[in-house]
Amino acid sequence: MLIKLTGGKVYDPANKVAGEVRDIYVSDGRVIAPAPGARVDQEYDVKGRVVMAGAIDPHTHIGGGKVTIARMLLPEDHAKDEVAHTELTRAGTGHACPSTLITGYRYAEMGYTACFEPAMLPANARQAHMEMGDTPIVDKGAFAMLGSDDFLLRLMAEKKDFSLIKDYIAWTMHASQAIAVKVVNPGGISAFKFNQRKLDLDEKHAYYGVTPRDIILTLGRGLLELGVTHPLHIHGCNLGIPGNVETTLATIRAAEGLPLHLTHIQFHSYGVGGDRHFDSGAARIAELLKQNPNISIDVGQVLFGATCTASGDSMRQYNGAKNADPKRWVIMDIECDAGCGVVPFRYRDKSYVHALMWAIGLETFLLCEDPWRIFLTTDHPNGAPFYTYPHLIRLLMDRSFRKDMMQKVDPEALKNSTLPSLDREYSLYEVAIMTRAGPAKSLGLKDRGHLGPGACGDITVYVDDADREAMFAKPKLVFKNGELVVRDGQVVKVVNGATHVARPQYDKAIEKPLKDYFDSYHTMSMENFRLSDEEIIEGGRGEIIVQPTKARVS
Amino acid sequence: MSAQSDGMSGGAASELYKNVACPFCGLLCDDIEIERTGSTLKVVKNGCPRSTAGFQRDLPAAAPMVDGKEVSLEVAIAAAAARIKAANLPLYGGMATDVDGARAVLSLADRSCGVVDHALSEGQYRNIKVVQTSGWIMSTLTETRNRADVIVIVGSDVHKLHGRFFDRIVCPPKSMFDTGGKKRTVIFIGENLDTSAATGPRVGEVITLSCHNTRLTELLGVISARVRGFELKATRTAEPKRGLLSSLLPQSWIASAPNEEIVGLKLSAIDAVVEKIKAASYGVMVWSPAGLSFPQADLAVHLISEIVKELNVTTRAAGLSLGGNEGSASAASVATWQTGFPLRVSYANGKPEFDSYRYSIGRMLAENEGDLLLWLSSFTTDLGPPSARIPTVVLGTPGLRLAQQPAVFIPVGTPGVDHAGIMIRCDNVVSLPMKNLGRSQLPRAADVLAAIEQAL
Repeated sequence: MLIKLTGGKVYDPANKVAGEVRDIYVSDGRVIAPAPGARVDQEYDVKGRVVMAGAIDPHTHIGGGKVTIARMLLPEDHAKDEVAHTELTRAGTGHACPSTLITGYRYAEMGYTACFEPAMLPANARQAHMEMGDTPIVDKGAFAMLGSDDFLLRLMAEKKDFSLIKDYIAWTMHASQAIAVKVVNPGGISAFKFNQRKLDLDEKHAYYGVTPRDIILTLGRGLLELGVTHPLHIHGCNLGIPGNVETTLATIRAAEGLPLHLTHIQFHSYGVGGDRHFDSGAARIAELLKQNPNISIDVGQVLFGATCTASGDSMRQYNGAKNADPKRWVIMDIECDAGCGVVPFRYRDKSYVHALMWAIGLETFLLCEDPWRIFLTTDHPNGAPFYTYPHLIRLLMDRSFRKDMMQKVDPEALKNSTLPSLDREYSLYEVAIMTRAGPAKSLGLKDRGHLGPGACGDITVYVDDADREAMFAKPKLVFKNGELVVRDGQVVKVVNGATHVARPQYDKAIEKPLKDYFDSYHTMSMENFRLSDEEIIEGGRGEIIVQPTKARVS
Repeated sequence: MSAQSDGMSGGAASELYKNVACPFCGLLCDDIEIERTGSTLKVVKNGCPRSTAGFQRDLPAAAPMVDGKEVSLEVAIAAAAARIKAANLPLYGGMATDVDGARAVLSLADRSCGVVDHALSEGQYRNIKVVQTSGWIMSTLTETRNRADVIVIVGSDVHKLHGRFFDRIVCPPKSMFDTGGKKRTVIFIGENLDTSAATGPRVGEVITLSCHNTRLTELLGVISARVRGFELKATRTAEPKRGLLSSLLPQSWIASAPNEEIVGLKLSAIDAVVEKIKAASYGVMVWSPAGLSFPQADLAVHLISEIVKELNVTTRAAGLSLGGNEGSASAASVATWQTGFPLRVSYANGKPEFDSYRYSIGRMLAENEGDLLLWLSSFTTDLGPPSARIPTVVLGTPGLRLAQQPAVFIPVGTPGVDHAGIMIRCDNVVSLPMKNLGRSQLPRAADVLAAIEQAL
């Protein structure tokens, strides 16, 4: 069947198309350049509308144990956002940590067609994939968390051969069905189990003697040499601590050209200036990013209201638990693999600290000049639930709206940030880079995030409304694999998206020391630790797409 | 889909299965070896009494029944669907199944505007109430196995409930951080707890604080106070008029002088335990919710969690809840990710509504709420439906104990025995692939439920 979207203003940065009026043709789920005179089976008149590829969220906590702990923790938060079933859709609940089904519907209703869970513990990978399997419509993928797992720390402490470490990274990506690797508070989650309460970039882990710097460079270099497209995804040391901007700058310098992605950088951009010894470090980070094109970031924007923070960073979450609102929180030490911390939180516009966090996020967006290296995230649900994206986009695209919003926040906070002096407004083209082309390129999704021939038929059509919040909240049409799934912001068809993985090469000999390790210390066998393809796709839960990796170096 | 309980292969050739995960308790031990000959299973390695009994049980012949008469599976499915269609408020209880089974129950309940709950929710809610009021700091099986230097077993006969917990977690042959040959201290707090398994080269001191379960909460309160450094010798100086708080203190605290007994124990004995857990590098307090079967046992779990939180101010400590039997951990997790609520959810108004008291199916049955009970129990024969005054549709393992004749009975397979599946372990972190051991061709509950939903 040939579908034609006629006359839309197309924003397709991967193909350098900036708002030109073009027709888009889709056949068998793919964007095509049709043969001249081909018969169109269905035409959608999208004249005057804005057409983009489906949006991609490269960092959103949508699946896995800590998300389900967060869901369980706050029944009152769900009770205010209960969603009834319809003929097409299942019932569920929303707000800070929506149920899986509502997550899928609402992302699609916002024009998103792919979401990536950034913190999948290998020990919890099966559950993370089951939850993503119950998240309809959107494509999914997950980043395996490494860096506080005892197997890696033992290899590093024993100074084992680097190729063995690479084998282990690759094996873990296969076993947990990951597309990328994330490190969270490098070594710090493990150090917390040994009662260390802080681990700075060059501070030694009390038991293994390795430092976060060692871990970042080992994993970062490992992924590069394995040919994995997405660079090491780093949740750095010292999250939330005033003065952590120094750690972040040091981490960028430590890379020495190695590609790295610093995630939710807003939480890592705090200085110690000003009367309250808490000010913005965003300008310094933006400046250093200009000189380091090897570094990409996402923001982790804070928006005001109640949410729930859920992180693998047990060390920092334990510290933050004293600010829990409401006063209940969960910390876990997990399987000699990782940990997690779930702490509900309310960001208040009249709070100096929270207003400054808000301002730092916006500053980061507005100061970073290269939209290909910055992605739009709230670190859902940590900075705010994902439904706030349209509001965030308006803050970035509409200077006068932003100035109005600044009137509402603590004025002292604005004095300690450069936000009031920034006049930049994002263009639709830049938004399309930040929410489509950029994440697709960074994650190595070869046929997502663009609208050229061969691209997957994931397409979003918006009404070109001057109120950008209204525009991005309710797309006119959303197509998934060429099928119309959302019309006027409402799901009209439920499909299952694919799961994206990457499979770098490894030497199977790694399974010998791994099997010994599992047999000696673990409570599950290596064979059962490994997640099969069938487990992900059974029950019609969508295909697995293996994204290409470059050839492995040594 | 057929409803035969015959084995996969008719011949007597036997097959060996390795790395088998056991579905019969929440630990999901996955190092079991099983030999199948025809439809007979034999545990050849790493069984415990519970798993051996589960795997080796003789499977009686069973067929779908409607009103006591044998029918085909299709007829039974149509009859179940008709009952559900006619019901105003169907109750979906039992839920003793795997992840796919739980998914199918939720889907059917959503579609038919019913209520969902698990047979063992009462125990699980001792934990969930704590998560939903104050939260906690928890560990997992592997973390505890390798890291714990002090293990405190609280109020539950863990050895009886989870036969390999001591072998695998407390006394493993090797652990990662046992440098210097430091041995573990194991402390039992409770009534007549079986301490016999706390033995072997890994275990050092074994201490018991004997305390009747009805006073366990009180004892935990004392431990909590002592961990915080509060004096308890006090005394009648606490004047009744000083406020609500002192009037809430158990009488025994107030009556105790320094060297007297509290909760029937010498304060010095309690303090000795307090010193051990405070001195631990990584103390783990272990309980099984099923073992804490006394009124308001969630308060005991709350106090365990508060003790752990206090210990973490200076050292590291964590809780570890066992339990999770009969697929309860799987059901609670699936319900939480699909609805936002850990079971006890009603879809009666089309949207999920949660009330841990109102939507307890046990309470609803006792108070004549609901007009149809669909009971799913696929592991053990003991977990039959409670006696109910309303008609029942039972999806059960053959031989399931039935208090009354169900309107519809459909035999279903056991996950990890008759068919493959996935289950979630008691620590709610690890999930295991369950193998099809080919014992029978009984259908998966998930498939039967999907067929019922299809027929609505």
